[in-house]
Amino acid sequence: MGIAFPAPDESILARRDFIIAGLARLLPPGGLVTSEDERRAFETDAFTAYRRVPLAVCLPSTTEQTAAVMRFCYENGVKVVPRGAGTSLAGGAIPQEDAVVIGVSKMNRVLDVNFGDRTIRVEAGITNLGISAAVMDESFFYAPDPSSQLACTIAGNIAMNSGGAHCLKYGVTTNNVLGVKMVTVDGTVVEIGGDALDAPGYDLLGLVVGSEGQLGIVTEATVRILRAAEGARPVLFGFDTSEQAGAAVAAIIGAGIIPVAMEFMDKPAIEICEAFAHAGYPLDVEALLIIEVEGSDAEMDFTLGRIVEIAKRHGVKTVKESKSAMETAAIWKGRKSAFGATGRVADYICMDGTIPTGRLPEVLRRIDEIVKGYGLRVANVFHAGDGNLHPLVLYNVNDPDEAHKAEEAGNDILRLCVEVGGCLTGEHGVGVEKRDLMNVQFDRVDLDQQMRVRGVFDRGWLLNPAKVFPLDHRITA
Amino acid sequence: MTAVSEPTSESELAAAVAEARAARMPLSVEGRGTKATLGRPAQAAATLSTAKLSGITLHEPAELVIGAKSGTPLAEVEAALADKGQMLAFEPLDYRPLLGSSGAPTVGGVVAGNLSGPRRISAGACRDSLIGVRFVNGRGEMIKNGGRVMKNVTGLDLVKLMAGSWGTLGVMSEVIFKVLPVPERTATLVLHGLDDARAVAALSAGLGSPFEVTGAAHLPAGIDRIPTTLMRIEGFAPSITYRSAQLKTLLKPFGSADLLEGASAAEVWRKVRDAAFLVEPRDRAVWRVSVAPSKAAAAVARIRSTLDIRHFYDWGGGLVWIAAPASGDAGSAAIREGLAGTGGYATLMRAPAEIRATVDVFQPLSAPLMTITSGIKASLDPDRLFNPGRMYAGI
Ligand SMILES: Cc1cc2nc3c(=O)[nH]c(=O)nc-3n(C[C@H](O)[C@H](O)[C@H](O)COP(=O)(O)OP(=O)(O)OC[C@H]3O[C@@H](n4cnc5c(N)ncnc54)[C@H](O)[C@@H]3O)c2cc1C
Repeated sequence: MGIAFPAPDESILARRDFIIAGLARLLPPGGLVTSEDERRAFETDAFTAYRRVPLAVCLPSTTEQTAAVMRFCYENGVKVVPRGAGTSLAGGAIPQEDAVVIGVSKMNRVLDVNFGDRTIRVEAGITNLGISAAVMDESFFYAPDPSSQLACTIAGNIAMNSGGAHCLKYGVTTNNVLGVKMVTVDGTVVEIGGDALDAPGYDLLGLVVGSEGQLGIVTEATVRILRAAEGARPVLFGFDTSEQAGAAVAAIIGAGIIPVAMEFMDKPAIEICEAFAHAGYPLDVEALLIIEVEGSDAEMDFTLGRIVEIAKRHGVKTVKESKSAMETAAIWKGRKSAFGATGRVADYICMDGTIPTGRLPEVLRRIDEIVKGYGLRVANVFHAGDGNLHPLVLYNVNDPDEAHKAEEAGNDILRLCVEVGGCLTGEHGVGVEKRDLMNVQFDRVDLDQQMRVRGVFDRGWLLNPAKVFPLDHRITA
Repeated sequence: MTAVSEPTSESELAAAVAEARAARMPLSVEGRGTKATLGRPAQAAATLSTAKLSGITLHEPAELVIGAKSGTPLAEVEAALADKGQMLAFEPLDYRPLLGSSGAPTVGGVVAGNLSGPRRISAGACRDSLIGVRFVNGRGEMIKNGGRVMKNVTGLDLVKLMAGSWGTLGVMSEVIFKVLPVPERTATLVLHGLDDARAVAALSAGLGSPFEVTGAAHLPAGIDRIPTTLMRIEGFAPSITYRSAQLKTLLKPFGSADLLEGASAAEVWRKVRDAAFLVEPRDRAVWRVSVAPSKAAAAVARIRSTLDIRHFYDWGGGLVWIAAPASGDAGSAAIREGLAGTGGYATLMRAPAEIRATVDVFQPLSAPLMTITSGIKASLDPDRLFNPGRMYAGI
């Protein structure tokens, strides 16, 4: 397989017993995982093609314990890989043999809810859905909704700047976080931002969000919560061609309508998701848009009326409105389980590039050509409103040749995204997966500048060091 | 009088920075200087202006993006957007009345200040709309970050760092924003006679409702004749009819709300945005305070008990504009003591240069954050060429 990991530092491996003894003194019982079997549970994330068993896994229960562990690792030159729930699709949480994993999953409490200020303060290991669940009784919710929201943590969301289907209206993680408590590499605890809408000085919060565990370990977060709309209704629009669907999306936005969500699926994806979720997706179309609107019944009728009119002008073949809460749930279940459902029929790698939406038809055609060129198949699901594509390249993991081809096809797709004016990753992050493609999107000076900023936080490359920046050229200052 | 350099291209800009670096000559970085009196008085030998880096570089209405060279007048970008029924969602401030400056504010200057108007509460700040930048760093290198697509998590987000850095980290040459459609109809609900705490409670009730309030301000007595509480909703015409009725009912416990539409409503929101109520008298210092809404009224009461102020609230109470006597420390100690323990902070927006030279214009940072801040400055501008000292001494 094509992605290199740095060779483990033998001097660290040789000191394993000493390191484990030191860590054991800093953590409560159950807070340190050392047996081979148990460590294996942390060897990868959702980018399962790559695995590395870590030296040890620390599961601190408090910020203070996290700080003590970080200080110890810093003083002993031990690398650290932060971890939430391990659902990264980019290999962001994959460990290395000479590194300690610090997982925040035990820190999962709600610390404070303020409905008047529309904020909630939580420990960083709480799941994304756990935040919404904590405020649901008052009809509030936390807006960014990655499909993995049942499992993934707010820590992971912050590290990856995760998005979701409803981000078209509500923004991604960075637009919804107000403050974090973070432990820096030497064990210092810093508070960045707070519960006000902006913070003094440089936007360090904006820098930390999306920094992929390379600037520190986030242990607490204050995020915005929103009052839920009175109602929400997804509608299915089937088209004969993806060109028509793409043109309809552009026309809807052009008409001043920003739906809460506009999700696209191509025929292979429709078939896979329908077989799994029985959502009532039309099977006789080439492209499907799930468009969701919010508000009172009358408001939704009005907005949908305008959307349907536009879709008709673009040759929509079927229009199907959700008629009940159950149907709505099924429609979203189908979309949100797209990756899982695909995993039932084949192994896949999930790409995450973003493109200018105007280039959609052309890019879909070229993706198809690329993948066919490798003798593989592709299913496309993506966020149509913002051009964030998720081509799922299907392959057989037990066939090394196919696995290699899938990786190559994925890389070609990402190069295409950059070529048309887009980027390598819209929401999943660079991790190890896209690390070696960073030179496609950025020039040397761009990456050097990012690494210099990174170096302010971690001069010794101890924090999640195998990720994001190509291994062959690294600087700190 | 300092020398002014006005590069006309990115490469000229990079060359100008490289030259200044070689000569170890600190630069005052500006667009058209409309905010030159905001910040600590800079210690620069020459001025580097982006005024001649002008023009829209990209506008794709169907993709909701616009890009422009940093010296492009904000008005030009807003006009191009308006032509397509679109707008910058964060409602950029017009500082000129407050600061008594003239000329055309540039988009680069807007980004450098990261100050956002009333719609901050629903559509995000300037930094949330900003999706891409190109800038020259202190090494004279041309750097790009972010891009023209609205979902992008590739690499470290330096776009956010540039927003609100007041020209101290790099000289932007181009900025790219995501934008929103102009709402079809706007209406404002107006409540009268509430004290500050009740008003903030009313605003919280509105903002905590499903009716999508996009502006939430309170003008206490002393700003208006009687206290006035404003809530704005925007959207399709029938939806506004429906939501204004629902909000009226919801707000009954706070009084009977009037409905304001059209030019007079737009005018009052413009005044809220630009802090127009505090422009006069001109000899007063003006502060901008960020604080969680639930702590705002009590903090203001504490400040009032020791300082002669006029004030009003935006962002549902989360932003307080305060005018104070421009003598001594311009109220710095009283305001910052009043905010102690709230997590809120204050920025001095207007004061004579002597005062700005001696009080903290920007909120002092905790020791660990100051260490990081110095590190960030050094990583982008190692020789401290750009606006040295404008935000913090030594930065
Ligand atoms: C089926 C499926 C669907 C998905 N759908 C979406 C989607 O719709 N949108 C989307 O954006 N993503 C999606 N993802 C990707 C993934 O869920 C997100 O990236 C998520 O934010 C990862 O969270 P996590 O808690 O699992 O973090 P992990 O995978 O454990 O870690 C992710 C990264 O965060 C770092 N990190 C973890 N904790 C910390 C911490 N405390 N401090 C600092 N850094 C830390 C890690 O080092 C790593 O780099 C999906 C994944 C799967 C498997």
